[in-house]
Amino acid sequence: MPQMTDERVRAGLAREEDLSLLHEVSIKTAGVSHLEMCIQCGTCGGSCPAAQDMDHTPRMLFAMLRAGMRDEVLRSNTPWICVSCYHCVVRCPQEVHIADVMYTLKGMAIKVKLYSDSTAPHFSQTFVDMVESYGRSFELGLASRHYLKHFPLRLPGMMPMGFGMLTKGRMPIAPRKIKNMDQLKKILKRAKQLELTS
Amino acid sequence: MNKYLFYPGCSMESSGRAYRDSIHAITEPLDLHFEEIDDWNCCGATEYLGINLIPAYSLIARNLALATKQMNGTRTVVAPCSACYLNLAKADYYMQERPSLGVKVNEALEAGGLQYKAGTLDVRHLIDILVYDVGLETIRSKVTRPLQGLRVAPYMGCMLPRPDYQHRWSDHEHPTELDDLMRALGAEVIDYPLTTECCGGHMTQIGPETAFELIRRLVADADERGAHLMATVCPMCQMNIDAYQNETNHYFGTNYHMPVLFFTQLMGLAFGKEPDELGIGVELVSSRTALANIGVEVPVIQEPATPRKKEEGLPMPPRLLKRTNGKNGKKSKKEAVR
Repeated sequence: MPQMTDERVRAGLAREEDLSLLHEVSIKTAGVSHLEMCIQCGTCGGSCPAAQDMDHTPRMLFAMLRAGMRDEVLRSNTPWICVSCYHCVVRCPQEVHIADVMYTLKGMAIKVKLYSDSTAPHFSQTFVDMVESYGRSFELGLASRHYLKHFPLRLPGMMPMGFGMLTKGRMPIAPRKIKNMDQLKKILKRAKQLELTS
Repeated sequence: MNKYLFYPGCSMESSGRAYRDSIHAITEPLDLHFEEIDDWNCCGATEYLGINLIPAYSLIARNLALATKQMNGTRTVVAPCSACYLNLAKADYYMQERPSLGVKVNEALEAGGLQYKAGTLDVRHLIDILVYDVGLETIRSKVTRPLQGLRVAPYMGCMLPRPDYQHRWSDHEHPTELDDLMRALGAEVIDYPLTTECCGGHMTQIGPETAFELIRRLVADADERGAHLMATVCPMCQMNIDAYQNETNHYFGTNYHMPVLFFTQLMGLAFGKEPDELGIGVELVSSRTALANIGVEVPVIQEPATPRKKEEGLPMPPRLLKRTNGKNGKKSKKEAVR
């Protein structure tokens, strides 16, 4: 885990203008995020089953948010490693919606293309593309597009698994489309013009 | 007959088809009527929420809006997948907690001629219905083939008991609903402290090393505690532990063989249903040896022709082999506890 380089973070200080980032993330998060209430206790990182692979623990990330370190926060792999298991969420004494804040940070990083590894953002985007064209997820299309692009070397090792899924009827070769795709498209088109502002 | 609205979720049509088959098999004996929400769409899983917030919630809310049209006598939506359950419940809850979210989502829904008032529906998971509505007594009374002698690791997974917006579960980290249900079927339930640890979710697709470690912990612990198989309540968990167990073994040089079945498949067996009715045999880590303990023969469903791997690649001292050989090799306790 990298050392925190920013003096302000180490000192736990924040300037008023820095807090704008914290507020921005808080507002863009679904529900009432309670992000401002974080007391830096570290329960989140201690509860996390994937913390060992993260650049920063959630606690550290929230300190960086408070310090206004926009680029560093959005470049951190932490939100992408988060497995959404909600261990931290139920243990957080301040009831911060940690997993939802991670979703918000992912979205913000994608908008400004600030991520160090494109595997996860591309996977999410491919998944969303499938859903936006069929209304349902399409595992075979998703897997083949994703693995060819990001894990071509994993493919040979995965052949038995893919073959097993196909022969056992667990991976249909054609997508299922919902009937009223038109309606879903209209809803999503309108939704994309909207953003949480208050 | 107890009517519920049913949101199957995408996996039911593909990787989780054994779940769908086994649910169909147990609803009739339990007098449950599941009415599928007409033209439901994907809940977005854990992907859409990370891309764009309002579209993600609108996608989820379209299902809720469609469900209200079929309410007629019930306001409960049942989702058998933990991720679908969480997404539907989350949208309903956050639209109330954050009214501005509700307003925006409804603005989007309006473009498709729909609307949803948060709080109208009750979103619940299948096992919640079975344990708390149907009840363990009723379930016990339907058992004709007790699972006596089958040691089950009850695996609840993470997204079901947490964050638990409506306080439905006995505990967030060690809920006992699945344990109780398995005991009602006559199975021997092992202590399984990792019951709500994560299976890795989508990390099998984007960060396999992270996922393999999470899968290893679950499988190793179940194995160490002597489980014959794991019972799961979620198609994502089933997929990860079943389909990626081989790759995980490969990654760590282990040799675990831990079948994972849907809890509904075990219910079906206990109710006397035949394995092929319940989608037993479509799992990639075969449950044949495990189910032999209760005298059930698993049908052969055209095994994939995997070239048989040589037991060892390089000559190794027997002591080392023993340590890396999972179940058959009797690992040292110390290594497995990790």
